[in-house]
Amino acid sequence: MSFSTFIQHCLTGISLGGAYALISIGYTLVYGILLLINFAHADIFMMAGYFMIFAMASFPWQVAIPIVILATVVLGVVIERVAYKPLRNAPRMSVMISAIGVSYLLQNLATYLFSALPQGYPTIPPLKKVIQLGSVTTSLVTLITPVLTILLVILLMLLVRHSKFGMAMRAVSKDFETSQLMGIKINRVVSYTFAIGSALAAIGSILYFTDRMSVTPFSGTMPGLKCFVAAVLGGIGSIPGAMIGGFIIGITETFLVAFGYSTYSDAVTFLFLIIILIVRPTGLLGEELTEKV
Amino acid sequence: MPVNKHRKLSPVLSLAVILLLLIFLIVLEQHQASNRMVVAVLQKGAILAVAAVAMNLPNGFTGIFSLGMAGFMSIGAYITAILTIPTDTIESVYYISGVAGWVMSIKRALDGLPQPLLVLVALLIGGLVASLFAFLIGIPVLRFKSDYLAIATLGFSEIIRALVASPQLDRVTNGSYGLKNIPGFATASGSGALLIPFAIAAVCIFIMVLVINSSYGRAFKAIREDDIAAEAMGINLLKHKELSFVISSFFTAISGGMLAMYMRSIDSKTFQVSLTYDILLIVVIGGMGSVTGSIISAFLITASKEWWLRFFDQTLYIGNWQVPLLRTGFRMVVFSVLLMVVVLFYRRGLMGDREFSWEDILGLPRRWRRRRAVTAAARADAAEAKDGGKHDA
Repeated sequence: MSFSTFIQHCLTGISLGGAYALISIGYTLVYGILLLINFAHADIFMMAGYFMIFAMASFPWQVAIPIVILATVVLGVVIERVAYKPLRNAPRMSVMISAIGVSYLLQNLATYLFSALPQGYPTIPPLKKVIQLGSVTTSLVTLITPVLTILLVILLMLLVRHSKFGMAMRAVSKDFETSQLMGIKINRVVSYTFAIGSALAAIGSILYFTDRMSVTPFSGTMPGLKCFVAAVLGGIGSIPGAMIGGFIIGITETFLVAFGYSTYSDAVTFLFLIIILIVRPTGLLGEELTEKV
Repeated sequence: MPVNKHRKLSPVLSLAVILLLLIFLIVLEQHQASNRMVVAVLQKGAILAVAAVAMNLPNGFTGIFSLGMAGFMSIGAYITAILTIPTDTIESVYYISGVAGWVMSIKRALDGLPQPLLVLVALLIGGLVASLFAFLIGIPVLRFKSDYLAIATLGFSEIIRALVASPQLDRVTNGSYGLKNIPGFATASGSGALLIPFAIAAVCIFIMVLVINSSYGRAFKAIREDDIAAEAMGINLLKHKELSFVISSFFTAISGGMLAMYMRSIDSKTFQVSLTYDILLIVVIGGMGSVTGSIISAFLITASKEWWLRFFDQTLYIGNWQVPLLRTGFRMVVFSVLLMVVVLFYRRGLMGDREFSWEDILGLPRRWRRRRAVTAAARADAAEAKDGGKHDA
């Protein structure tokens, strides 16, 4: 492997990792607050892909992107209101089944509305612009993704650390009931959390699908699982952790594919999950938590 | 007393129902040419009933949320398929890359067995291999909390699917081309099409019921209710979770093998995550923690999916008016909405964690009478209290 192909794979890996990072933040935020794996998050991400196809059919990309983000946010918040909120006090397994139900519904709905055949993803002209860096040729999206990811993560961290809303979020994730007693409007915090997660998933989906070129009703499943693993790897509940996890998973996957082990790239992701859960269940940057009776 | 009468009556009734079912199956089997749909639904229903009860064992009885069903089913299906495809036609199945030598030698070694025995051996081997896999991945995975366990098992099933389709295994699983020419349940004369799957299903479910009613089953339920309390009572958590997981995957693999025989041709796409979700739908609607609920719901869901509600997927005209919404895929949307409605509003499903019993059914009229009497008495009490209040004023 020559140096320039190595750099090429690095860039691809970092770019894929950036998209993963944006999606895994959605998992980490929701898990941090509700202790729920939002199985539907992967399918929200998939739906964002379809939204983009339809938005680009009638609008230029400058208008289409905000529309897609808005539509995805609405979808995420509606799902939370309809499928998770009524089950706040239900047993954990019911909530998880509800999340799976939403995922199943979104997949079947997408198959019904858009057919199971892959739909071509529209090209966003500036993202596809080819640039030359020495001997490495790459498209602009590869360079924009990591920069945008890091910017968004910094922004989100500022929001969580230094705003009143962020304080409410941290309080809710520490102790659901006490923060309710302190007058925090739980439902509003949860809704905003879903909104942030969905918006990031929408941006992630634009960056991810621009490289993949097509969307199917099931194209969310595998990235979704990997991003959850990324969130666990970085430490569930930790935003920078999710970003680091996303980058690690993305780069590992790209290199495994580059060396011809694409069959095992999915398997390795889950090996990561099992190893991290045995060795360091709190993840790389997670806080130590003790199980309460 | 009536309750005692019912208790004496219930084995007689059960026996009568089983006999009737047997006669029905035999008669239907003789007229299967004109009842293809019913036969197919009953076959698939029996297969999914095994899968659903097997999924209920860890999820409904032990409280471990496992989503690896599709993976175990594909192990069972592939092993059954490879071992039962007739040796003389196997070259035509693997026409792209040929059969691996060791697969051929296993097949040759088993060639002497008569067909029914071969099927049985193939199903058992599939089950044993799947339980070995379950045992190995259970050691790390069953230590995790419920949601991590769900993701890890889901990931495991996706890994199995990726491996089955991988070019490295082309000479064993035929890669992405899948396997065909799998013999069905029926013998050449067409007998056994229904009796064989029902017999296998009955044996599998019977064994699982025995496990559930044993002391192990009671330990499973204790873990489901409160694992910390169960551990404090001296139940070895990991051992029991492992046991439940391994038994479940054994029978899941057998149902997978039966599915291969029902479908006659399989490929890795058959065993996507959505297969697990289909079974979860059956379990949730039947009631988590109810064997009879799972069985009833397996047949109900299969019948409505494949037969009664089939028209959802076709455009339908009433006179000149086209019924809106009906086209390919609508059926599955309806079923996913049904799952959501059950989870949100009828969390107990059909049966909750109760089992079907004749005493409940026969006792119904008496209980209704009693309830009516109770409400009447309550109403009379309320009226009296009201009157009393007036007098006080």
